Amino acid sequence: MFYRETGQFKQNYAADSAVFPILQDRYGLAIIMVIAFVAIPMFGSEFLLASVMIPFLILSLGAIGLNILVGYTGLLSLGTAGFMGVGAYAAYKLSTMFPQVNILVWILCSGFFAAGIGVIFGLPSLRIKGFYLAVATLAAQFFLQWCFVRVAWLYNYNPSGAIEVPGRTLFGIAITGPMATPVNRYYVVLGVVVVMTLIASNIVHGRIGRTWMAVRDMDIAAQLMGIRLLPAKLLAFAVSSFYCGVAGALMVFLWLGAAEPSAFDIKLSFLLLFMVIIGGLGSLIGSFMGAALIHILPIFIRALPESLGLPVAAATVEHLTYLIVGALIIFFLIVEPHGLARLWQITKQKLRVWPFPY
Amino acid sequence: MSGPKDAVGETMGETLLAVDGVSLGFGGVKAITDVSFDIRKGEIRAIIGPNGAGKTSMLNVINGFYHPQQGRITYKGQTRSRMRPYQAASQGIARTFQNVALFRGMSTLDNIMVGRTLRMHRGLFWQMLRFGPAMREEIDHRRHVEDIIDFLQIEAIRKTPVGKLPYGLQKRVELGRALAMEPELLLLDEPMAGMNMEEKEDMCRYILDLNRHFGTTIALIEHDIGVVMDLSDRVVVLEYGHKIADGTPEEVKADPKVIDAYLGVGH
Ligand SMILES: Nc1ncnc2c1ncn2[C@@H]1O[C@H](COP(=O)(O)OP(=O)(O)OP(=O)(O)O)[C@@H](O)[C@H]1O
Ligand SMILES: [Mg+2]
Repeated sequence: MFYRETGQFKQNYAADSAVFPILQDRYGLAIIMVIAFVAIPMFGSEFLLASVMIPFLILSLGAIGLNILVGYTGLLSLGTAGFMGVGAYAAYKLSTMFPQVNILVWILCSGFFAAGIGVIFGLPSLRIKGFYLAVATLAAQFFLQWCFVRVAWLYNYNPSGAIEVPGRTLFGIAITGPMATPVNRYYVVLGVVVVMTLIASNIVHGRIGRTWMAVRDMDIAAQLMGIRLLPAKLLAFAVSSFYCGVAGALMVFLWLGAAEPSAFDIKLSFLLLFMVIIGGLGSLIGSFMGAALIHILPIFIRALPESLGLPVAAATVEHLTYLIVGALIIFFLIVEPHGLARLWQITKQKLRVWPFPY
Repeated sequence: MSGPKDAVGETMGETLLAVDGVSLGFGGVKAITDVSFDIRKGEIRAIIGPNGAGKTSMLNVINGFYHPQQGRITYKGQTRSRMRPYQAASQGIARTFQNVALFRGMSTLDNIMVGRTLRMHRGLFWQMLRFGPAMREEIDHRRHVEDIIDFLQIEAIRKTPVGKLPYGLQKRVELGRALAMEPELLLLDEPMAGMNMEEKEDMCRYILDLNRHFGTTIALIEHDIGVVMDLSDRVVVLEYGHKIADGTPEEVKADPKVIDAYLGVGH
């Protein structure tokens, strides 16, 4: 009833080509923005900011990066964590080599390093697809992780083998290191993620996004339209790895504060792939939904018995959490194999025609 | 349907594409053996023949998916031993497929927009902003695509994912996607296969309109002999990879070899 586009007529193609052509969607987005930028920092606890929202946003950004590759271009990758690691180590090296340059600049620059590495490991994608490409990117994952362990130069020869985030400021406010408050870190992460999501949305809705989807859906026909497969796929690898690289740098600098090479192991790659598949392949909103389901939901389930005053042992809660989240994932996949984003779309469609079934 | 066609037939002149002595094999299988023919500017050229005659393979040679072992292809005065898909596309050869090859996850509109790819030039930077020149370019091409959507009468399915469309409409969208390239040479591989009478008539009308009003040269593979005779200016007949006849529909229809090989058996 409320979600209707009746009476909203587009007078020109610009309005109809907008990313959110329907008014209610734009209101919804505005409300989410107000909550994210005002309500959460004002009323949210430190725990909510530091352990829920910051990781959620960073994982969402990584999922968007992976989604560009897997969801939009149809190239299966298991090297996500490796590319995130490249971003993290690049940002670390740059910020310790040139401490006078603002850290935010280095975090964004680290994306270019990840993009470069991504392109190199993307080269085989011209010849191989599907599982074979997954194996090739798996090799990238192992190789990169080996580098993070063995190349001592990358972690400045720290005896611990880990990277420690130095304290850095933005306009005089601490945003990394132990002095940075969760609110400040949250704002930085939120700003980066919002801007980069907007850019990703622009790319996927334009010529380049259509090129990627054409390659994904039918590469023979895409070639016939004059699309050259190698440049199209490498661009997807570059953009995707850029996003992953920035997510990796944010992860170390604004979420964890320090990281060992194991932070970027294959488990993280699978986690992100999980988010992308459950959220919805080829959907940016889905990337957020997937990250929310996999990162936020378990936190809430874990907190539930205590807040209800139920006397359940911590270990039991942990087991139950795994059980419930696992069951939910399977449930969602059975209900809608195309992910939460598709489920959301169907719901909206139902709302539009409500109270009639179609 | 064939009325005004005859008058146009005479005005066609120069050769747009010539295939010369092309042979193509897959391992032991000979798909095409020493076939030569040409397509003149502005004509509708039919390629017919029984199943497995090598018709689709011929189109694949023309737009560069298959590389022939022998022979030459001359397109717009340039002779090559083989085409490449990108070359073919950028020089104005568009194509539809026998078994629809649409981008199934994308909407009708986006599918047709992909046909504009070669004519859109704004790079990654402007695409990231989707603003100013990038948006203007997007709108210009959208306008062109909307003209095609009007022409093919598919306004209602603009935003529908093509995977959900019935077969007949999918064929129509695929034609739209090819048209978006503003091709000089349009290769249609059985555009009416599996359609009902009404859909076939629509498709015939689109093909004739394209040819008449926009001067598009068309190479058409079709099994429906009635349609072929009505639409085409000249017909080439293939059988087991060999060319067995070439000429106007009347000549071909009267050719005893064709009657034996094709009309006699198939119909
Ligand atoms: N990629 C390929 N690999 C091996 N053999 C092929 C390939 N493509 C075509 N052929 C063979 O070449 C021959 C001609 O096939 P083609 O598809 O060109 O026939 P056609 O005239 O289009 O037939 P139809 O009317 O059934 O579409 C067939 O014997 C086919 O098996
Ligand atoms: Mg065929």
